[in-house]
Amino acid sequence: MADTATTTNKMTARGVNVFYGEKQAIQNVSIDVDLENVTAFIGPSGCGKSTFLRTLNRMNDTVASARVEGRITLDGEDIYGSAMDVVQLRARVGMVFQKPNPFPKSIYENIAYGPRIHGLASGKADLDQIVEKSLRRAGLWEEVKDRLNDSGTALSGGQQQRLCIGRAIAVEPEVILMDEPCSALDPIATAKIEELILELRGNYAIVIVTHNMQQAARVSQRTAFFHLGRLVEQGPTTEIFTNPRKERTKDYITGRYG
Amino acid sequence: MTGMMIVMIIVALALIGWIVARARATRLGIEAGRLATNSRPSQHGWYVALWTALPALAFLAVWANVMPSLVLDSVLTSPAAQSLPADDFSRGAILSEAGAIASGAQTAAFNPQSMSLVEPYRAAYGRYSTIGAVLAAILAFACGAYAFSRVRPSFTARNRVERVVMWTLLLASLIAIITTAGIVASLLFESLRFFSMVNPLDFLLGLKWSPQSAAMGYGNEDAFGAVPLFWGTIFIGAIIAMIVAIPLGLMSAIYLTQYAKPRTRKWMKPMLEVLAGVPTVVYGYFAALTVAPALRNLAAGIGIPGASSESALAAGLVMGVMIIPFVSSMADDSIAAVPQSMRDGSLAMGATTSETIRRVLIPAALPGVVGGVLLAVSRAIGETMIVVMAAGLAANMTLNPFASVTTVTTQMVQLLTGDQEFDSAKTLAAFALGLVLFIVTLLLNIVALRVVKKYREAYE
Repeated sequence: MADTATTTNKMTARGVNVFYGEKQAIQNVSIDVDLENVTAFIGPSGCGKSTFLRTLNRMNDTVASARVEGRITLDGEDIYGSAMDVVQLRARVGMVFQKPNPFPKSIYENIAYGPRIHGLASGKADLDQIVEKSLRRAGLWEEVKDRLNDSGTALSGGQQQRLCIGRAIAVEPEVILMDEPCSALDPIATAKIEELILELRGNYAIVIVTHNMQQAARVSQRTAFFHLGRLVEQGPTTEIFTNPRKERTKDYITGRYG
Repeated sequence: MTGMMIVMIIVALALIGWIVARARATRLGIEAGRLATNSRPSQHGWYVALWTALPALAFLAVWANVMPSLVLDSVLTSPAAQSLPADDFSRGAILSEAGAIASGAQTAAFNPQSMSLVEPYRAAYGRYSTIGAVLAAILAFACGAYAFSRVRPSFTARNRVERVVMWTLLLASLIAIITTAGIVASLLFESLRFFSMVNPLDFLLGLKWSPQSAAMGYGNEDAFGAVPLFWGTIFIGAIIAMIVAIPLGLMSAIYLTQYAKPRTRKWMKPMLEVLAGVPTVVYGYFAALTVAPALRNLAAGIGIPGASSESALAAGLVMGVMIIPFVSSMADDSIAAVPQSMRDGSLAMGATTSETIRRVLIPAALPGVVGGVLLAVSRAIGETMIVVMAAGLAANMTLNPFASVTTVTTQMVQLLTGDQEFDSAKTLAAFALGLVLFIVTLLLNIVALRVVKKYREAYE
């Protein structure tokens, strides 16, 4: 494959196993995430794609029984190594969740949350600027600029999700992980988020978990197919969708199961 | 015939009604398991049994209340009653003694005159209880027969029995409400008597409280200004106790929900809740015998004037400890009710656990916490044992926590214990204080429950 030579690998996973107690959820997954491409994880429910996504910013640490083996690096640094600070890791690897989860604060405060805790703004004016920039990038500025003090939870579902993306962007992460970001949204809101993902591509390494094969085809350039906790196949999205090498991938993509 | 026996007879009649009605329903072709008839045979049985028992038992309950006055009337018309003394007090004493001997509660008479009334009493008592029993039995039989006559396939006994169940349950829930209403009514009534003697404004706004001064010879006028009591109550219950309980309760809730491992939580939470089960009198001992002397010595040691062996601080501190489980368990519930996605969202931004708690969880849980605190305050100001034992009796208006203050509940205990006549302002003042306390805690509870409810809706 030529792309490993021409692109910069932001994150690399090698031989990753994830256990929940005795149960193994992920088996021996190796994958690269690069800066230029949007990477999509597809696969049937329960295949481990979300679990694997959560290992990339160590959100599985919040689950007491979870255990991760293998090596995952961000810019060559082992994220499970003793030198890595999980707080800093999560600031560098942002996350957008399946269900929009704005904080019960104002729109402004939702965006300002990250910059405030990480001390990114040097003053009120600076913070205002970060908030505006993040909302613009999240494609929400025009809709909310006159009501920044309204509660974030009062927005529509699609707006809430864009607010969450804006919140993640506000701390200038290097990687954004999206866990089925559109599964709770209607088609119009979904289209807006997809548009946004395409715009964000190139500035951030983006990984998106999705159930929706059309969505993977529309927004991603690389696709990884998970099944039963294993990575079955990965490659350029067009290849996976038009000419899968593995029978199981083909069956899933053509809708024979899953 | 004793009351117990007639009740048993009615129950027996009901049982017979149940068996007979069930048999009749079966004979009429009502079969269990056939959907064409509304009710199963046993439901017809229940219908008849309820009709047999309930009206008769209700009648007995009414009769038990009416009978004493009927018996008394009949005794008073007897020839022996003509010689009773005219004055109400000795007349009443003799009558009640005779009644007690007649019913077997007392064996020997203190006043020989009452012996002459025992016989009329016994006769009247026997007569009226027989009348009542017979009437009840007739009623049971008549109602049972009426219900029995209605047993037929098309009769909807099942729905009617269901309705009785509903009314029974409603009655059960009404009892608590009616009791509350009764308490309020008695408080109101006695308070009104008090306020006819003492101006309500003097009571609510007056700064001098000394209800016993006339009796003790300090002056010729009692003073009923309750403001020092209100202040003492607020000082101990709403200020000192809350300064202890809010931070400690909140912090222990945060530890238990956010930091503690499941295993730690498993034993620590019940341990904390045990605090709530300790009888308040034990806290009172602790406050009066351990905390208060230690505080007085401390205050004397660092030269704080006015240090007393019964101090607001001692009572408040111990009360605060007592309240911790309330605050902690309410806060625990409200923090746990904040969706996990909020916490994940914050952690995924690179916030630490304590930043997440401070900036997301607490603000989101705040209404629930506030509700819990209000409930805790309402409990603290109504708390009695600790303040009776540790806070003192001096109605001081002071900001010095080492000084002695008194509270509404302490004064109520003082006013109502011992021998009291129930028509002096001094005793009735206790009811007025009780009314104020009741209204304040009621309002606090209403507000608290509203806040909590509103907050729950926000996340559903």
